[in-house]
Amino acid sequence: MAKKVLIVDDEPNIVISLEFLMKKEGFEVAVAGDGEAALAQVAAFQPDLILLDVMMPKKSGFEVCESLRADPAHAGLKIVILTAKGRETEVAKGLAIGADAYVTKPFSPKALAVQVKQLLEIA
Amino acid sequence: MFPTAIVVLISLAYLGLLFAVARFAEQRAAAGRSIITPSLYALSLGVYCTSWTFYGSVGRATSGGLSFLTIYLGPTLMLLLTGVIVKMIRISKAQRITSIADFIGARYGKSYWLAGLATIVAVLGIVPYIALQLKAIAASLGILLADPAAGQGFWPTLAITASLAVFTIWFGTRHLDATERHEGMVAAIAFESIVKLLAFLAVGLFVTFGMFNGFGDVFSRAAALPGIERLLGLEAVKPVSWAALILLSGLAIVFLPRQFQVMVVENVDESHVRRAVWLFPLYLLLINLFVLPVALGGLVHFQGAAVNADTYVLRLPLSQGAEVLAMLVFLGGLSAATGMVIVETIALSTMVCNDLVMPGLLRSTWFSAQNRRDLSGVLLGIRRAAIGVILLLGFIYFQAAGEAHALVGIGLISFAAVAQFAPVVFGGMYWKLGTRPGAIAGLSGGFLVWLYTLLLPAFAKSGWIDPGFVQSGLFGFSWLKAQALFGLVGLDEISHCLWWSLLINAGLFAGVSLATRPDADEAAQAERFVDVFRLEARGGAPRLWRGQASPEALVALLERFLGAERAHGQLAGHAQARALSDWRRLPADAAFVQFAEAELAGAIGSASARVMVASVVEEEPLGLDEVLDILDEANQVRAHSRELELKQAELEAATGELRAANARLQELDRMKDDFVSTVTHELRTPLTSIRALSEMLYEDPKLPLADRARFLGIIVTETERLSRLINQILDMAKLESGRAEWTTSSIDVGTLVREAAASLEALFNEKGLCFSLSIAAGLPPVLADRDRLTQVLINLLSNAVKFVPQDGGHVWLSVVSVEDAVRVSVRDNGPGLTADECGVIFEKFRQGGDTMTAKPQGTGLGLPISRQIIEHFGGRLWVESSPGQGADFMFTVPIAAPDA
Repeated sequence: MAKKVLIVDDEPNIVISLEFLMKKEGFEVAVAGDGEAALAQVAAFQPDLILLDVMMPKKSGFEVCESLRADPAHAGLKIVILTAKGRETEVAKGLAIGADAYVTKPFSPKALAVQVKQLLEIA
Repeated sequence: MFPTAIVVLISLAYLGLLFAVARFAEQRAAAGRSIITPSLYALSLGVYCTSWTFYGSVGRATSGGLSFLTIYLGPTLMLLLTGVIVKMIRISKAQRITSIADFIGARYGKSYWLAGLATIVAVLGIVPYIALQLKAIAASLGILLADPAAGQGFWPTLAITASLAVFTIWFGTRHLDATERHEGMVAAIAFESIVKLLAFLAVGLFVTFGMFNGFGDVFSRAAALPGIERLLGLEAVKPVSWAALILLSGLAIVFLPRQFQVMVVENVDESHVRRAVWLFPLYLLLINLFVLPVALGGLVHFQGAAVNADTYVLRLPLSQGAEVLAMLVFLGGLSAATGMVIVETIALSTMVCNDLVMPGLLRSTWFSAQNRRDLSGVLLGIRRAAIGVILLLGFIYFQAAGEAHALVGIGLISFAAVAQFAPVVFGGMYWKLGTRPGAIAGLSGGFLVWLYTLLLPAFAKSGWIDPGFVQSGLFGFSWLKAQALFGLVGLDEISHCLWWSLLINAGLFAGVSLATRPDADEAAQAERFVDVFRLEARGGAPRLWRGQASPEALVALLERFLGAERAHGQLAGHAQARALSDWRRLPADAAFVQFAEAELAGAIGSASARVMVASVVEEEPLGLDEVLDILDEANQVRAHSRELELKQAELEAATGELRAANARLQELDRMKDDFVSTVTHELRTPLTSIRALSEMLYEDPKLPLADRARFLGIIVTETERLSRLINQILDMAKLESGRAEWTTSSIDVGTLVREAAASLEALFNEKGLCFSLSIAAGLPPVLADRDRLTQVLINLLSNAVKFVPQDGGHVWLSVVSVEDAVRVSVRDNGPGLTADECGVIFEKFRQGGDTMTAKPQGTGLGLPISRQIIEHFGGRLWVESSPGQGADFMFTVPIAAPDA
């Protein structure tokens, strides 16, 4: 059974590229355009991994990450934070609140695919 | 008419009453419950009003009209200079000043030459004035007894003089007080002020309402008299004479020896001056209230009869048989005369004793022989003798002058004499550079001019000396005419004398002072006088004394001049102030020497005290340079501490500024970081799509063609977006740094708007929206940069296009003229903005719309750039909107000024 990946980003073109990439790697994919939609999709779609943008309307990626980690029901959910904010403090903050990986934009699709697979213990 | 015995008895009883008042005040003072209140102090200043006022004001009013008022305006104005009077009192207390001559001598290095000179000026100036009082008492007595002989005779007047002398000696020299204060005398003087005021008010009421029917009646009946309009008309007011008289009387209220005595020496509390400032002028007003009615009433009543107007006050009640009132008037006049004689004589006797006799005595062989004797009794003896001699001089002058001119005008002549103290006193209080030679030159010069232009001409008019120097000038030189000196004519004799004497006095004082250097004593005293308030605030003057003294010698000195009992009392007080239980253990240091000198100064004057102290201690004289160094050091310490305070305040201010600047910098730094972070984010976002898609294209050659085309399309769009972003960031940076280039010209906004709209037609059609354009006719041109304005319009229009719904959108563009600007409005029927968003959208990288579907294709810099541009033109860019109601973006551009 294919693992499920939720893509959360407010940039349509980035969503397009991520969606294409994840589908090509054989994941089942769902998309959310902002923080609130992301939480709703987590509940509905029950993803195994979430690719989470930080700078989004309504709820930032950090907030989404925090509330997911606060809920034991999602203990197994892998969270990869994807952001254009690459400063060290931000990376540290992302990891501190429970993200499994922190990837800065622009990213290499190949490398991202490898990292996602490692987290999901495929490969 | 009264029997002589009754009048004499009543007079003596009155003097007895005065003495009782004085005794009462002294007993209260001795018990530590002084009766000297602020009001009593103010009333004691009423000693200014002598018999010259009491009888003479009416006389002056009949010949000079309202000019008698000047004698009371001057003091009123002088009292307003409260600060000067308080400073004089403060200095006098600090220096234990005993008289005006002592004040002058002390200021210029405790000079007995100067104090002696001032004493001579005062005595010569005042003795005739005392004679005038004797004459007034005698004359009023003569009228009251209807016996002219009583007012002229040798023996009656001698008897009056002698009794006054006895009385004054009782009052003034019952004991030797260290501060030369006489509370009993002050109380008696204040009492006399009340008596003479009541008496004058009584006669005024009697004449105005008893003999006439009120003020109106007096004036209307007087108006019928020949020549009266010359007296009361405004042409009688001579500005120069009035000014001179006001100045003269203003100086007299301070410098007449009796005024200095009551105002400064007898003052117990500086705050009393504040009461005197209004109470004394009020007193003067009341005592002058009825002068004119009595004068006019007298002129009407004694019309045609040869009656001396100076006697109206007494003769008017007598003419009506009002004998009790006449008696009261006589007592009022007696009060005025005795008050003046007592205080003036006491003040003069102190000056004569301390500043003329003592300096001579201290050098005499007799004095050396009396080395160990208690001299306080000798001092009292000298003062008593001085009182007798001064009154005797007054009596002799009175006998010699009789009815002569030299007596009539003597009040003002005396005023002019003491006015000569003004330059050296005021100069000494406020100018440190005044020197002893300067003061001696100024005072002598002024005094000689006074003698030549005022006193000697008065003698000449009395026929005592050859009037040639008045009529044709000394030695026949016409420029030496005594009352037209250097050809100055057209002034009355008082103004003439005052002008030349004060000019020469002040000129010599200033000139000689500047040409000479003060010695050490003078420099020290100058500091203590001029800076009295500052020195006190700092805890006393610097101790300018160095030498060796034996305590025994100093104590002996005090015992000799103060008497043993009083000396021991004062010593105990001094020891206590220095926290010593026994004065015998006082060290003979500078403080003790200065205390001893101050105590002696209170008894024998500062100049004599200096000589005495110097005779018993081995002093190492301080050179002028040393004194100046000490003073300078004090000044420098003061200056340094002030400088430090200033520096500290400056530092604190600078620290505050730095702190604020630092906070501002931190804020700017944070904003810069935010900006860089935001720009980075904005740049990375398109870059992310480009990289991800192009890498996938590159990695996967088997990608379906449709996907390839779609990805390449996105890459192109994102690349465009990236370029646009970079351009706008650079544009923004240029605008913000002020490095943007502007090509300003006169622009017709209507045309510009039309062109901009036309260039976007394709975009409108693509979106299928309805575009309405409305341009008001006759728009004035504006001054702006054509391309920049177009940039703003395109930005607003493309924003509107972005936010209106596909097919069904509507955009309105209108241009109107408002007041002094052209206003452009771009309205759409898009989703509208919340109140928050209306402000936020003008911030950088803050875009409207937040859903994925409605994600606008913008950089977030369009509106901030537009606002920068419009504000550069001096206009305003804003938005009016609410959710669901569309948005209306408006901007104004000021119309070009007509001359531009």
